[in-house]
Amino acid sequence: MNSKEIWVFIEISDTGVEPVSWELLGKARELANKVNFLVTSIIISNKESKIAEEAIARGSDKVLYIIHNECSHYSFELFTKIITDLNEKFKPEILLMPATHNSRDLAGRLAIRLHTGLTADVVQLDINNQGILLGAVPGFGGSILAIIKCEQSIPQMATVRPGIFQSILPDQNRKGTIEYIFPQIKENLKETILIKKITLNKEDISKSPRLVIAGRGISSNLNEIRLLAELINGGVGVTRPISDMGLFGREHQIGSTGISVKSKLAIIFGASGATHFSSGIKNVETVISINLDHKALINEVSDYFIIADASEILPRIIDKLKLKMELIK
Amino acid sequence: MKGINIVVCVKIVPKPEEVKLNLETNTLDRANASSIINPPDKNAIETAIQLKQIYGGQITVISMGPPFFDGFMKLIISMGVDKAILLSDRAFAGADTYPTTKTLSQAIKKLGNVDLVICGEESADGGTGNVPPGIAEWLNYSQATYCHEIDYDASEQRFIVKRSISDGFEIISIPKPAVVSVELNINTPRFPDFSLKKELDNNKHKIPIWSATDLDLEPNEIGLSGSFTTVDSLIQAKGLERKQIQIIGNIDDIVDQLVDLIINK
Repeated sequence: MNSKEIWVFIEISDTGVEPVSWELLGKARELANKVNFLVTSIIISNKESKIAEEAIARGSDKVLYIIHNECSHYSFELFTKIITDLNEKFKPEILLMPATHNSRDLAGRLAIRLHTGLTADVVQLDINNQGILLGAVPGFGGSILAIIKCEQSIPQMATVRPGIFQSILPDQNRKGTIEYIFPQIKENLKETILIKKITLNKEDISKSPRLVIAGRGISSNLNEIRLLAELINGGVGVTRPISDMGLFGREHQIGSTGISVKSKLAIIFGASGATHFSSGIKNVETVISINLDHKALINEVSDYFIIADASEILPRIIDKLKLKMELIK
Repeated sequence: MKGINIVVCVKIVPKPEEVKLNLETNTLDRANASSIINPPDKNAIETAIQLKQIYGGQITVISMGPPFFDGFMKLIISMGVDKAILLSDRAFAGADTYPTTKTLSQAIKKLGNVDLVICGEESADGGTGNVPPGIAEWLNYSQATYCHEIDYDASEQRFIVKRSISDGFEIISIPKPAVVSVELNINTPRFPDFSLKKELDNNKHKIPIWSATDLDLEPNEIGLSGSFTTVDSLIQAKGLERKQIQIIGNIDDIVDQLVDLIINK
């Protein structure tokens, strides 16, 4: 039987599979079960690896594993060409891709080449009985969601930022097929030359169980924010203004233009709670906030809120915590 | 021509915080929001000016938007670009990235002999970052997105860029012609020369306006009818169900309660 397919592009970087790929695979599995489609993982690399088996354990029915000696690293020419050729052959209904820099670089080009619609940065995904993908995209400020669909062309493409969906824990008993493909590509196709790669150990706060989050109101006390995070063994998150000021890297920025987090606890200092920020803390278990304005939106999205000068409260929390920890020792 | 022939794509966007949701009609009310130059696009303009200062050449800004955005185009000329063109046609309205990138790429083709197209990383309103690679595909140019530094190797006719990726940075070399997108805050955009702006306003400097016909675009290639995606519906984002308990008392009480909460979570 020729079943319809949902494809997930598994992005590989020098540090391994980008975790968002597994999150997409988890969602693809759920959508596929609803309409009885197959889930296929697309892996592009320069060598064989255990990633194929992991993709099956995490929800794929099938893996298309493309091996080409120039694909140890992403280049728009080869990756666009490879997926275009695969698409021609297999004609998937849906193609899901991570909203990382490289996969967006690829998705934007691919959507034009495949003459199809691309819904970027979806925060919810569903599928209807006709197999039409429904992607929710936050509008201005994130208070409204536009449900976007692409009915006239396939593959229906969507990109998803890290932290939106849940990955499935690997189940080694899951069955699936792996097909290796060795594409013949004309030699001068790739003109991009990689001169140098600088790998940074960027902190991944989306995995942190506890977060201390800094807004504009605490921008001059960021060292204390770091200290508190260290004390509670957590990560540091920031709002967009702090990231825009260059005080923390984008990987720390929370919200609809940054990352979504799902920590057990988030303590937020000096943030007003603009909706494009708040959409990123939706999945946090317990939210505590401290800010000066009793009318601020942040109060409404907190489990516990305090109306006070965050810069006054912060050092006292640190002192008190240190004291308590001494006692516990 | 000597130097680099640069096109910068600029979008004029409503200030996000001023766009309100009309709860009765469930639509976005942009009418009362003031407009600004999309922030990273200013970094794109600054990048172009710095490249021109080193290598010479010419900078043209193109922007899709209504004719009354000409004031913004004059402001951009006052920053130091040579020419600004508005792509304006009622039929452009409602475009998703497919017809948007088609329209922009037709304008770049019409300009001719372009070496480098610079865009901001994404737009502040519903930004997707998909426009720069889309333009590159239509034009069959090379591409590099999320760049921090851009340099030109005239002897090799290549651009050397540093771009940010998930696990760090990479430095790559791409042949011209190329499309690059730059990240927000990679440089400090210069202030416009307000005396020049005044002069442009006074001598009734006309900003050229190119319509769909000027760009040889058919009605089915642009706007809503050229789009593949459609809006199925608008829904209110799910409210966050939070306890909303205010912790009150003197500062010592508050700190005590907070620390207890933190330790127990």
